[in-house]
Amino acid sequence: MTNISGRVIHKQFEKEGKTVAFSPETLEKVHTLIRRYPEGYQRSALLPVLHIAQETFGGYLTVDVMDYIAELLGLLPIEVYEVATFYSMYYLEKPGKYVIEVCQTGPCAISGGETILQFLEDSLKIKAGETTPDGLFTLKAVECLGSCGTAPVMQVNSRFYEKLTTEKIILLLEALREEAKIEQNTSDRWEEQFS
Amino acid sequence: MGRAILLNGIEIPGIRNFTTYRSHGGYSAVEKALREMTPAQVAAEVTRSGLRGRGGAGFPTGLKWSFLDKKSDKPRYLICNADESEPGTFKDRFLMEHLPHRLIEGLIIASYALGVKTCYIYIRGEFKYLVGILEKAIGEAHRYGFVGENIAQTPFSLEIYVHPGAGAYICGEETALLESLEGKRGNPRIKPPFPAFKGLYGCPTVVNNVETIATVGPIITMGGEAYAAIGKGKSTGTKLISACGNIKKPGVYEIELGLPVEEFIFGEEYCGGIAGNKSLKAVIPGGSSVPILPADLILNTASGTPRLMSYESLAEGEFTSGSMLGSGGFIVLNEEACIVRNTWNLTRFYHHESCGQCSPCREGTGWMEKILYRLEHGEGKMSDIDLLERISKNIEGNTICPLGDAAAWPVASAIRHFRDEFEAHVREGKTFHATVGKETTN
Amino acid sequence: MIRLTIDNIAVTVEEGTTILQAARKIGGKVVPPAMCYYSKLKGSGGKCRTCLVKVVQSSAKDPRPMPKLVASCSTPAQDGMVVQNITSPEVVEARKGIVEFLLLNHPLDCPVCDQAGECDLQDLSYGHGTEITATEEYRREFPVTDIGDLIQLHMNRCILCYRCVYTAEQLTDQRVHGVLYRGDTAEIGTFIAQNIDNDFSGNMIDVCPVGALTDKTFRFKSRVWFLRPMDAYRDCRVCKGKAVIWMAGDEIYRVTARKDRFGEVEDFICNECRFDHKHPEDWVVEGPRSIKRESVISANHYLQKEDPGVIDPIKGTIT
Repeated sequence: MTNISGRVIHKQFEKEGKTVAFSPETLEKVHTLIRRYPEGYQRSALLPVLHIAQETFGGYLTVDVMDYIAELLGLLPIEVYEVATFYSMYYLEKPGKYVIEVCQTGPCAISGGETILQFLEDSLKIKAGETTPDGLFTLKAVECLGSCGTAPVMQVNSRFYEKLTTEKIILLLEALREEAKIEQNTSDRWEEQFS
Repeated sequence: MGRAILLNGIEIPGIRNFTTYRSHGGYSAVEKALREMTPAQVAAEVTRSGLRGRGGAGFPTGLKWSFLDKKSDKPRYLICNADESEPGTFKDRFLMEHLPHRLIEGLIIASYALGVKTCYIYIRGEFKYLVGILEKAIGEAHRYGFVGENIAQTPFSLEIYVHPGAGAYICGEETALLESLEGKRGNPRIKPPFPAFKGLYGCPTVVNNVETIATVGPIITMGGEAYAAIGKGKSTGTKLISACGNIKKPGVYEIELGLPVEEFIFGEEYCGGIAGNKSLKAVIPGGSSVPILPADLILNTASGTPRLMSYESLAEGEFTSGSMLGSGGFIVLNEEACIVRNTWNLTRFYHHESCGQCSPCREGTGWMEKILYRLEHGEGKMSDIDLLERISKNIEGNTICPLGDAAAWPVASAIRHFRDEFEAHVREGKTFHATVGKETTN
Repeated sequence: MIRLTIDNIAVTVEEGTTILQAARKIGGKVVPPAMCYYSKLKGSGGKCRTCLVKVVQSSAKDPRPMPKLVASCSTPAQDGMVVQNITSPEVVEARKGIVEFLLLNHPLDCPVCDQAGECDLQDLSYGHGTEITATEEYRREFPVTDIGDLIQLHMNRCILCYRCVYTAEQLTDQRVHGVLYRGDTAEIGTFIAQNIDNDFSGNMIDVCPVGALTDKTFRFKSRVWFLRPMDAYRDCRVCKGKAVIWMAGDEIYRVTARKDRFGEVEDFICNECRFDHKHPEDWVVEGPRSIKRESVISANHYLQKEDPGVIDPIKGTIT
């Protein structure tokens, strides 16, 4: 991203050379997705497969993961990097266990979205764009989430939280801290969305 | 005037499930179309209905369908544009969440009319939970013989797949959507060729909005003529309006086109008036990209007639005193809203969402944002206001895709109607607004 | 064959020809400038918007004007089409705006840029821009990245024409760089630290319209206008070996491909010709390279071959 000063912050990434592979079950799911597109157009599956990969391999896309996906879909690695850097839902660096994305666009802004973000910054003691030192929360200020009628809204790991108030945020942070202590419910993973 | 055509049955518990939907007359439009009508008859019915694209452009759907390359021997595709991302717009999400089968029914009928055998629903990635809902609904339709081979015991076969995006407003533009669906960056294509000739995988393709496609079923059920009788003039039928901002009852409303704007804002049946007993300041009536109108011009046209919720009436006066129906994202601002701040906010959005392919949009959106940021934060100059106008003019119409226009219009219209507020920001400097908005990072 | 007029000058071209190519057939001032389009690179064009023109009549069959200015590089000419380029004040104004956008974040570092003197953006701003800069904002600044020993990347100067990406894609089978990120933070890059290294990578330097990709082996060696460009060739197993050698005294300072009068490479050359043969005895010299009279490179050198005259559509005289 740029900031008002004009400086662009892009990191040069490195290949670690770690072995990356989907489990046989996930791989089967990936092949089901690939088959949805005509012969020779397996590249079409790139976006959904990257979603699955991101969730499977720690919440972000490392160079190793992207190279694996490139191989899987018969693409050049750069073709995957180009795509992964274009879309805002792919993370290139490890985020916290919970990614909190607070909408800041128009309708949310006039309905208190900015206050909500401020409150989260104060509660978590981090700025938007940062991750808490314990690795639990990443806070992000994001653009329109398509939920303007229930503004202000945010998503936590793609789950919507709407008509937010500071009271609700307090409860939610508490609940997430508790949830983090136990095994996570995986029913809303990308993999499960496709039948 | 509230009228449920598209949202008919929404109050029924379990209508999201196939069996409930079916037991309330669901999929009978598919049976009618596939068993009793030829594809050409279906298309003719849609043309007769006067249905116009509900995604924002308002282009006649029947006409769009007729452009599909008939000489090509390649497979044809129907793409449902569910990349609803225009700030203020959340109607498609509402429809898909509550009535997924209405969309699927529309997809089947439209595909039949167009000779399509494969459909993709391109849905924005942030609506992850809807992917599951749609996939489940498609699975059900499959089980009951409405998707797959020999639909409703006819020779017609169709597969429908859901394809998630990954966070890019630009993919709502139909050619960017196709690029994205092909697994590429969402860079809009240079036209011509148009998707009707070279769309997905170079094949003839129609891209229609969720609401547009979902309307096809009811049109077949009631007949094109009956549908055309609803509404006003060339704005036929009903439209989903997603209302938000400083109103008492934000939400999705199905209105008969031609409803007076005043009734929509203040009527108990709709928005219920301005929240907190404040007064109405301005409205952005068709999603954040359309021109903002001050209270007097949204309620009445410049010629003094009541403004109506229709394509024509909202556009009356063109950009001097009018706006657009757009996607139906109706954003209401009360007396406390700061126009400069709101304009900066929206410009930040378009800056963030520019794909960066063509120079006017890539550079111009960022430039406007920086200037508006300064204005809002008390560091603007009088000359900045004229500069903003000039930049917006240099972007408008000169870009590959409509995102340039979408970024230019809010700025141009805000200055047109609220210049004094911009000037006040310059005069009063930092004291005018002290709050600090954030840079977004998604 | 179809017939159209551009700035009141009629031209006949084959069906499928773009407006820009038709204008190039006429030549002279009616040719719209093109910063991203490159006739030899498939898929190029449409992005920079400098070649926008006004179509006042779409075709003989459909005499309606086109509602917006169109990119002449990617709009096919039609029979009976009437196009305005420099005769349209609207086009001239819009182009000024485009130049302003392209310069908005472009550093004013021409004095230390190796591209100076042969830079399309310099030419564009002289020819079509305004004298004043309206922006007071900070310019965009990218971190410096290394893409190998042969090519220097200055992302700050890039105008995202995508030509180098198409070059890598169409001339080689292992593209390792591309356009990353989006919007005004989009950049040309390899994402991971790696060299762009293949037999034809040097052509990225020639197709780059600005100083974003320059020859590292020629870096700060000389201003281009102090050199003598000579057409020369050598027997090469990889490419046609037809190049321009840029000399001072008996020394070859750099080797480039030959460019036509629209600034496009005539034949792509291989890296061996470009980087490994800098001794005069490696080359057979054909003679001085013809350089446009208005180019700073031809100043104080030698008379160049005359271009056939073309009609100035505004003055009505041959220029």
